[in-house]
Amino acid sequence: MRARSAFAALGLSAGAAAAAALWLRRGGSPREHVDLYFADGSMVSFVPGSPEGDRLLPIARRVLAAARG
Amino acid sequence: MDAAQALADLTEISAQIEAAVLARADGSVVASTFRQEGRGEDLARAAVELVAAAGEARGNSGAPELVQIQAATPRGSFFIVRDGGHVVAAVTGSKPTVGLVFYDLKTCLALEHAQAEKAEKSAKADKAEKPAATKENIGKATTSRKRTATKKKDADDGDESS
Repeated sequence: MRARSAFAALGLSAGAAAAAALWLRRGGSPREHVDLYFADGSMVSFVPGSPEGDRLLPIARRVLAAARG
Repeated sequence: MDAAQALADLTEISAQIEAAVLARADGSVVASTFRQEGRGEDLARAAVELVAAAGEARGNSGAPELVQIQAATPRGSFFIVRDGGHVVAAVTGSKPTVGLVFYDLKTCLALEHAQAEKAEKSAKADKAEKPAATKENIGKATTSRKRTATKKKDADDGDESS
């Protein structure tokens, strides 16, 4: 009985640690994206892997590298 | 307030903005927060390039005008706000408050517009006033000069006779 509850506690803490690590990882480095906002209030978002994202993101990366450089 | 001052205020009020540049639609720099001119020019050129590439990515010609861009990377974000004549671009750290940065950039652009309109109005007013003023002055100056010359001549004649 004791062993079972020890395993349960161990599993619970391992799960919590994994969830925390995942949450920190997602929060630590925001996902790359390019958002375009238009005059009519509409917005389009492009992520890496899409043709538009792969075209626009390198420009932003270059700018940020140059600005920080 | 001039463009450079508007940008300086922008970086002062918005702690998230690390650097910014105000440029014309063709990429020529109006003002920049960079100390080195070249870096401001690079940022302005990249902003124009990104706007052009984004316009092409959007595709169809009937689409509404592109007014704002945010490109987010793990290293930071690149913001652009544009209107017909100008582009203001800024670099921030990662995880910026997007709405706030856009608001500050739009305010900067509006200030620049107000400044440009004011300068244009005063230039027009100067042009309208100048020709009339010149005419009046020419008439007055000619008259007074003649009078002075006559008076001087009279005085000289008086001196010679005495």
